[in-house]
Amino acid sequence: MSESTIQINGASSRLPDTGRLADVLTERGIDPTDARGVAVAVNERIVRKADWVDRRLEAGDSIEIVTARQGG
Amino acid sequence: MQASNTNDTSGRTTGHECGDPLHIGSLTLQSRLLLGTSGYPNMQVLLESIAASGTELITVAIRRINLEDEQEEGFLSTIRSLPVSLLPNTAGCYTAKEAVLVAELAREALETDLIKLEVIGDDETLMPDAEQLLKAASELVMSGFTVMAYANDDPITCRKLADIGCAAVMPLASPIGSGMGIVNPYNLQLIRELLPDLPLLVDAGIGTASDAALAMELGYDGILLNTAVSKAEHPVKMAAAMRHAVHGGRFAFQAGRIPRRFFAQASSPMQGRVGQ
Repeated sequence: MSESTIQINGASSRLPDTGRLADVLTERGIDPTDARGVAVAVNERIVRKADWVDRRLEAGDSIEIVTARQGG
Repeated sequence: MQASNTNDTSGRTTGHECGDPLHIGSLTLQSRLLLGTSGYPNMQVLLESIAASGTELITVAIRRINLEDEQEEGFLSTIRSLPVSLLPNTAGCYTAKEAVLVAELAREALETDLIKLEVIGDDETLMPDAEQLLKAASELVMSGFTVMAYANDDPITCRKLADIGCAAVMPLASPIGSGMGIVNPYNLQLIRELLPDLPLLVDAGIGTASDAALAMELGYDGILLNTAVSKAEHPVKMAAAMRHAVHGGRFAFQAGRIPRRFFAQASSPMQGRVGQ
């Protein structure tokens, strides 16, 4: 089986075997059940926090994980 | 959110922040100075500047989380502990589509409907792209956002933003970070005349205290600034200066200035002069 690639914050990454967004987040230290100050979009569509646990990803998906930073 | 004044580390009384609130959407602000959080020498100076300014609403940008840098988490948790509300912006967006996505991400991340809408037309002037701005504003208002729109100092665009349902319109004084102050006071006055009942704030290009005071004297409801404080030689002192300038300008506006006269009018009485 060929490796499946996804994009996370502009960098290529391996799609987890489970295909779950929750696992992508957990691997990066983000608790998918309780992460204040964080938001996620997949393929330029927002994924609500309530849907993080159940959301499945596919090869080629582009994920943005964002937070608030200093800004004017 | 109404801020208490207990975070004012200067120990100054802040009585003049009460009694003249600014209402934007469902937000009530006692301070008419809004402050950006970018470009400060360090976090400590940022925190002290926020305190010295008396602001109750600070802006933040929405950016990719740095998955290797935990210091970032420190920023948000630190500012969340302050008695201020957060106003996320769509800085760096060039299209309505980008701005709408960033606004939705901001709402999801920060659990607020407030958004400072910026849709930029070019990199050198950072002036808004009016067409994309109007498109984004329309979509966001329909999605229930409280939109504070950063706008060109063009009365027609500002009126269109008001008609769309923006909670506040924020024409620029001059380009972001330029410090040039108000380059077109006539336009800002026109905008104020055209939109007498909508919260209007001057946003961008403020350079020093007198710029902020002038904007308030023109009848604007508030000021949003960042670089004027963060890049000042002494940011904390400038933050305090801006606080006083916004008050001074507001009082002067409420006091009703004298008209300008071409010729002099003696202020001392002519009757009873010696030798007459």
